[in-house]
Amino acid sequence: MLAVIDYKIGNLQSAQKAFEFLGAKSCLTSDIQVIERASGIVLPGVGAFGKCMDSLEQSGLIPHILKQIARGVPFLGICIGFQLLFESSEESPGKAGLGVIDGKVVKLPAGEKCPQMQWNRLSVLDPTNRLFTGIDTGSWMYFVHSYFPKPTKQECVIATCDYGTTVVSAVDCNNVFGVQFHPEKSGQNGLRLLSNFVDLCE
Amino acid sequence: MRTIRIIPCLDVDEGRVVKGVRFLDLVDAGDPSKLARAYDEEGADELVFLDITASSGNREIILDVVERTASQVFIPLTVGGGIRTVEDARKILRNGADKVAINSQAVARPALISEIAGEFGSQCVVVAIDAKHVLNGSGDISDQNSWEVYVKGGRVPTAIDVLKWATECQERGAGELLITSMDRDGTKAGYDIDLMREISSLVTVPIIASGGVGEPEDFLIGAREGKADGLLAASVFHFGECSISQVKKYLLDNEIMVRL
Repeated sequence: MLAVIDYKIGNLQSAQKAFEFLGAKSCLTSDIQVIERASGIVLPGVGAFGKCMDSLEQSGLIPHILKQIARGVPFLGICIGFQLLFESSEESPGKAGLGVIDGKVVKLPAGEKCPQMQWNRLSVLDPTNRLFTGIDTGSWMYFVHSYFPKPTKQECVIATCDYGTTVVSAVDCNNVFGVQFHPEKSGQNGLRLLSNFVDLCE
Repeated sequence: MRTIRIIPCLDVDEGRVVKGVRFLDLVDAGDPSKLARAYDEEGADELVFLDITASSGNREIILDVVERTASQVFIPLTVGGGIRTVEDARKILRNGADKVAINSQAVARPALISEIAGEFGSQCVVVAIDAKHVLNGSGDISDQNSWEVYVKGGRVPTAIDVLKWATECQERGAGELLITSMDRDGTKAGYDIDLMREISSLVTVPIIASGGVGEPEDFLIGAREGKADGLLAASVFHFGECSISQVKKYLLDNEIMVRL
């Protein structure tokens, strides 16, 4: 069973709907027991870094999620759920993130429309990565964001896109994956990525 | 890299698509979720459902339509019509929409924009603006670069200046503006390029151009000269006058980046 974390922010259903469509066993949940037994954890979400981090803290789930990550359970952060993995964000100065991955979240460069609200092509840096099985470099994914993470360790970056600068779009830090785009809104390519994640949870 | 989105818009009345849809061999072309799937397969980058159900008692029907669509179509979906409160927006989003579009209600109570943005994030809030040139006493356009906001489906003028309103919408937290030219809507004379360009130069959020598109070249001009980020159309797609793939190919041939 995949646990899609419900931390009472807007619009968490889309990822769950995509897993349902794929026939994967998954549920949108804030139940600690479900999370502790899950074969994989997904942290979706849209919204501001500080507000989402507040909601996650209020949910009381953080220690349980971190425990599962430490045990090696596959984890996928989507959009703000990806950014929350880092130490901090320029969007909400002073607010600490989960700190699972070293680095901080920075604003998209001036001179481009902000937010980036469009489809963009991925440069897949590591085609052998299991998250990208069947997804070629140049594949289109749907992005909606104003900030993006800059990991301290470059070697965990597995995909980028170009939006005025090289935007980190996916990382793999052992069992912790994160994507800046919305695979649940990226048509067939996105469904394939989610299906790859389901496979690596088995 | 800037990529332009092609967005078909479906008017939905009590759960059925209105304005006939003649393209594709669909068993039930009046079913919004079936049409959404067809447009997705054809390469639509995003979809807009506009709920035009008049009776407030039947407003819940759209929720079921959104739910059925979002369970099968995995591209962004914007839903507008009848959203008056944060709770209305929440219901729509819970059922699988990614963004809500607000129009008359935002004009009536501009705080609605910041309320929805505060709750769900700016990226969820599309403010739709219906714009019309101001006419002088003899029925001529008095100023080429001045437009008035209309509400209630384009029936009621407000005396609000479109450019000022667009700026205010962004300041209040709109994540995107959907600009419809009422002068051009249904004319097939092309988007109102002056309108799109003026607003694009004023705001930093993406804008979607709407109203007046008749052929692939209109889309190109909308992107290139109107500086729009999204290009919306209804009848040209519904009636199969041009297909989404044909429009996209034309844009690519003319060096406008689109997803193929």
